[in-house]
This record gives sequence, structure tokens and C-alpha cells, in this order.
Amino acid sequence: MASQAKNNVIDPLIDNNPITLQVLGICSALAVTTNMMSALIMSLALTTVTAFSSAFISAIRKHIPGSIRIIVQMTIIASLVIVVDQILKAYAFEASKQLSVFVGLIITNCIVLGRAEAYAMKNPPVMSFLDGIGNGLGYSLILMLVAFFRELLGAGKLFGHQIIPVANDGGWYIPNGLMLLPPSAFFVIGLLIWAVRSWKKEQVEAPDYQIHQVHRTEVL
Amino acid sequence: MAETKKTGLIGGILSLPNDDPKKTLFIAVLLCLVCSILVSTAAVYLRPIQTENKKDDIKKNILAVTGLNDQAGTVDELFSRFEVKLIDLSTGEYSDTDIDPVSYDQKAASADPQTSKNIPDDQDIASIGRQANLAPVYILKEGDKVKQIVLPVHGYGLWSTLYGFISIEGDYNTIKGLRFYQHAETPGLGGEVDNPKWRAQWEGKKVFDENGDVEIRVIRGHVGPDTVNAEYKVDGLSGATLTSNGVTNLLQFWLGEDGFEPYLKNMQSEMGNS
Repeated sequence: MASQAKNNVIDPLIDNNPITLQVLGICSALAVTTNMMSALIMSLALTTVTAFSSAFISAIRKHIPGSIRIIVQMTIIASLVIVVDQILKAYAFEASKQLSVFVGLIITNCIVLGRAEAYAMKNPPVMSFLDGIGNGLGYSLILMLVAFFRELLGAGKLFGHQIIPVANDGGWYIPNGLMLLPPSAFFVIGLLIWAVRSWKKEQVEAPDYQIHQVHRTEVL
Repeated sequence: MAETKKTGLIGGILSLPNDDPKKTLFIAVLLCLVCSILVSTAAVYLRPIQTENKKDDIKKNILAVTGLNDQAGTVDELFSRFEVKLIDLSTGEYSDTDIDPVSYDQKAASADPQTSKNIPDDQDIASIGRQANLAPVYILKEGDKVKQIVLPVHGYGLWSTLYGFISIEGDYNTIKGLRFYQHAETPGLGGEVDNPKWRAQWEGKKVFDENGDVEIRVIRGHVGPDTVNAEYKVDGLSGATLTSNGVTNLLQFWLGEDGFEPYLKNMQSEMGNS
């Protein structure tokens, strides 16, 4: 039981990471990673929502009718997201201004619904809660890494503090504007997936289809 | 499920098989009820803190654009030094309505046909569509003399409407500062409207030329020592031509004849008479 709990939290960090292995939640990973502060707030919000929605859904899983189960899950997730959004607007106003619509978009984040459907519907609440925490942390880890590279290379800053003096303010570094635009997150995530799969070979997928060698004689 | 035999209406429904239409309906209604109570409780309970945050944010920006934020005191203490008045944009006079100027919401007023007017396309250089009839002005006095006057401005950049404040000194012509508190321009490019270095350039620039026309603008490139009429010009944001143009347009609109020009001219002539 204890090892199962530990597994639920540790496993999604690298071995079963929702972004690098399952390639879910990419939309928000592109949008909120221009600076580390908004990535951190987004990570906290998503981890909270995933954990609690999984726990609630799991608690009532035996009474959820199959015909409306996705709607039930979405209703619970959406309510939690609205509550989180309201709390951010009240207690972290600056951050919520930066994240604007992206907090609301947690509702459509595939990770949340994915964990609800894949794990919480079949497992008890505490385990589902930990599974939600684990997946939220896995998402957070990648988000923070991407934001680290984007903010550092794109603005010479980390958490809003100037790390590299940029040319605009008389320094030597000319910021790479591309890093602040959404496509750069694709590149960074792509490189991360490559790095993880070079390190952990078992994550490499088998090819769906292999073009077989054509021999001259066959053609002729 | 059969072993947890429950009695009563709810227990009876819960012990039905999950596929039963009655149970499906019951669960759907119950879930909606619980969730809506949760959401509305959070919204109602947190509303006062949120409105306070929004008001605070606007006050902080007004203090920042006038340079008052460096002084000691809480936001509210410093803000109380401002006199807030509503002006009628069409006449440039102080309005005689009984609306409380501090709680007046210009954004909401511009959406309401009762309190706003449509701007014809050829005059709508700031691309805002509608304009509220009344606008608040924040007056900072020193003794009897007006020291600074803060005007709300907004207009379209590249992606979003930029909302901000411009502070003008007691001669109703020299700019003290310009600051945007809400926009969604590209971070690092158009988003550099928030760059303190860029913002610092506005101080000392003039709005009107000798003929009284609005001359202030953001130019392409850099304002150097040999730029003609440098006192009306500010460096463009590199890589953000459209945001820079948007800033020019919104200033030309709001300081022009459809905006605060009648008011500023009134005040200038009043100052000349006294």
C-alpha cells in the first residue's frame, strides 16, 4: 500500500510523465511558460485541480452512471477550476492577471480528465488523490523546465530578476525573441522528450509501420 | 452493491443499478446542485476581496504614473491626495451628474448605449468602437495649483486593447508619465510597453505643438539628438511596430478633440486668465 502510494507520486515525474511520455497538456505548456512565475502558479493550480478532482470523482465512482460519466467528471473539474480561479483573483491578483484565461482552460486540460477517466474511476480516493498530485507534479516539472529556458534565453531573467544583462539595458546579451513566442515551447518540449527518451530507452515507442527494403529484383 | 442495503428515498435510489434512468437523473441533479453551491459560495464569498484588488490595482497605477508611489504611505493614504472628477468629453467641462467619480466604471459605461456613443469609423483611430460620455480625471494639487493631472486612455495595439493612464503636468502640455495596467501584447516585443526604460522616456515630452495640434507620437527607431521636434517623439519598440502605432493612435485619439483636448484647452485658458 505504502509503496503503491509512493509509486503514484514518483512514477509520473519522469517514467510516466504526462507531458514527455503521454504528450498531454501541451496547449497550456506552450502558453504559460514565457516566465517562471506564471508557470509556477499554473503548476500549482493544475496540481490542486487534478488532485482534488481525482479524489472527488473516485469517492463517488461507484455511483456514477456510465452513460453520463464524462459529463459528471467535467462538471466536477469545471467547478474546481472556477473555485481555484476565484481564489487566485482574490489572493494572487497579479498572477491571475498574467494567466488570464489559461486558468479557465485547465478545464480542458487533457491531463485532468485523463487521470479522472484512467485512474480515479477505478481506484480509491486517497490513491487517486496521490495520483493526481503525482501527475500534477510531473506536469509542473516540465513546465518549470521549459519556462526556465524560455525566460532565461528570451528575456535574460528568472522569476523576473535580471540574470543576464540584456542589450536593451546596456548589457551584452541580445535576447532571443523567438523564445518568448509559442513555437519555442514546441522546440524546448521536443528537445526534452528527445533527452528523456535517450536516457530512458524503454520510453521509445516501437514504430507503427516499417517501410521494408525494396530490392531491385522485386521491382523488376 | 446489494450488501449495503439502504432505506429511505435516497438510499433506495442509490441502491438502484447505475444504468437505471432514475438514478442517472438523480445523480445528475444532485451533482449539479452540489457543484453550483460550491461555485457560488466561492464567488460570493471572495467577491469583496476581488473588487478591492481591482480598485487597488488602478490606484497603484495612478500613483505609479505620477511618481507618487516612491513616497511613504499606504496606497489609500497617497491616493486620497487626488481629487477625482468626472468630465463630459463632448464639452470638456466638469460633469454635473451625481455619479460618484471614484466608483465610476468607464469600461462598463462604454458598453452601455445609454452612457456612451458610437465612434464613426473614420474618427476611431484608437479602434475602440464605443466611447463613454464621461471620463474620470485624477487631479493632484499642491496648494491651489494643479501639479499633475492623470487621464485614463485606452486603444488597440496588436493583439489587445491597452488600458493605461497618462499623467500631464500643471501646464496641461508636458507629459509626466505613461503607463499601461492591462494589455495582452507579445511579451518581450509589444509587452515592452511595460519596460521601465521605455516608460522613462515619456517624462518631459510635450503633447501639443505651437498650433495646438496633438503632436506626441511613437516613432520608428530611435530619438537622437538631431531628431527634428524630439520633444514630441518617443523611441519605437523594436519588433513591435503595430503596438507602437497603437500607442500613438490611442494617444492621438484620447488627447485629440474626441478625447481630452477640449478639457485640456479649457484648463489652459483658465490658467491663462487667472
